[in-house]
Amino acid sequence: MDYIDPHIHMVSRTTDDYATLARMGCVAMSEPAFWAGYDRGSVDGFRDYFRQLTQTEPKRAAQFGIQHFTWLCINAKEAENVSLSRDVIAMIPEFLDAPNVLGIGEIGLNKNTKNEATIFLEHVDLAVQYNQSILIHTPHLEDKYQGTRMILDMLTGDSRLDRSRVLVDHVEEHTIQEVLDQGFWAGMTLYPVTKCTPERAVDMIERYGGERMLANSAGDWGPSKPTAVPDLIFEMRRRGHSESLIRKVVYDNPIEFFSKSTRFEFTPRDGVQTV
Amino acid sequence: MNPSAADQIVTETFLDVRAKLLEIAATLDRVDRCLDESGDPLGSVAPASGRLGSVANDQQEKLREGIRILLSEGPDRAARLQHLFSRPYQADWRETMKV
Repeated sequence: MDYIDPHIHMVSRTTDDYATLARMGCVAMSEPAFWAGYDRGSVDGFRDYFRQLTQTEPKRAAQFGIQHFTWLCINAKEAENVSLSRDVIAMIPEFLDAPNVLGIGEIGLNKNTKNEATIFLEHVDLAVQYNQSILIHTPHLEDKYQGTRMILDMLTGDSRLDRSRVLVDHVEEHTIQEVLDQGFWAGMTLYPVTKCTPERAVDMIERYGGERMLANSAGDWGPSKPTAVPDLIFEMRRRGHSESLIRKVVYDNPIEFFSKSTRFEFTPRDGVQTV
Repeated sequence: MNPSAADQIVTETFLDVRAKLLEIAATLDRVDRCLDESGDPLGSVAPASGRLGSVANDQQEKLREGIRILLSEGPDRAARLQHLFSRPYQADWRETMKV
């Protein structure tokens, strides 16, 4: 089955991974900007990273018939440096017209601090100002619930936002309902230890129905599995779910959400373009 | 509710769940063995969590509470476990942080 991975960090993966993903049915992916494993020292470090996301990765992906899209921001971890964050936010518009940019992301919170919240709000303001969709990272482990609630407080407090253009990622059993109830998209990240297994993700699909729900691998430089979305497809098939529901979660929903972005142009294998 | 589907889930996942339970049991045994080797008399009836450092003790207590949740009834055990391992939501965070 053709599928789309809406959250994967290919800058951290090998070309062999692109080949494997293509063989497993991946036809498109979106790559949010994230923490590189170290704190970058200047705005030029981010400028080079954004060139990698908007120029290099689309070419690597295209070699295997995969369409590559991206999201730009300074991540929550480096947002502790408010001065650098503001320099990066001021520089982001240089790249917003690149053909594979879907919006601002993955913005969010890491340790739920005042600085992180301040920079989150400034990113949201940038997105509104430039009519961009938003992809949001929610914190890990014991910080996830408080961080998700803080993010929802900030988003619902901004009447300018179109909630159908906001994806709140890394939801788990204790956060998904509030995200969906507030009208946002919910992303489930299939991660070996710290987030959600394919089995638990299918449990959530069964409980909430699949509407406004996405599944991703978030494959990156840490313990992660870039082929996790096919694992979800396999688990849904094993439980007897219809092909139409599987396709909705791993293909139709990403296209529907991405289509909220003004620059999204997608050509499926059957050749009918989605704009 | 579909009893035959429930039967199927229990049967299909039995070995996986059994393996996970054994991992938990073996981990708890490992903790007890370390405490015994560090000077506590073998066969002590004191719970392991009472002889751990404060951080590990709190974590061990969380795990014990988690096991109690597993044994409870209701369809939302996973969500209740998640809340057990989460910091509580502070509704006044904007005032506290002045954001």
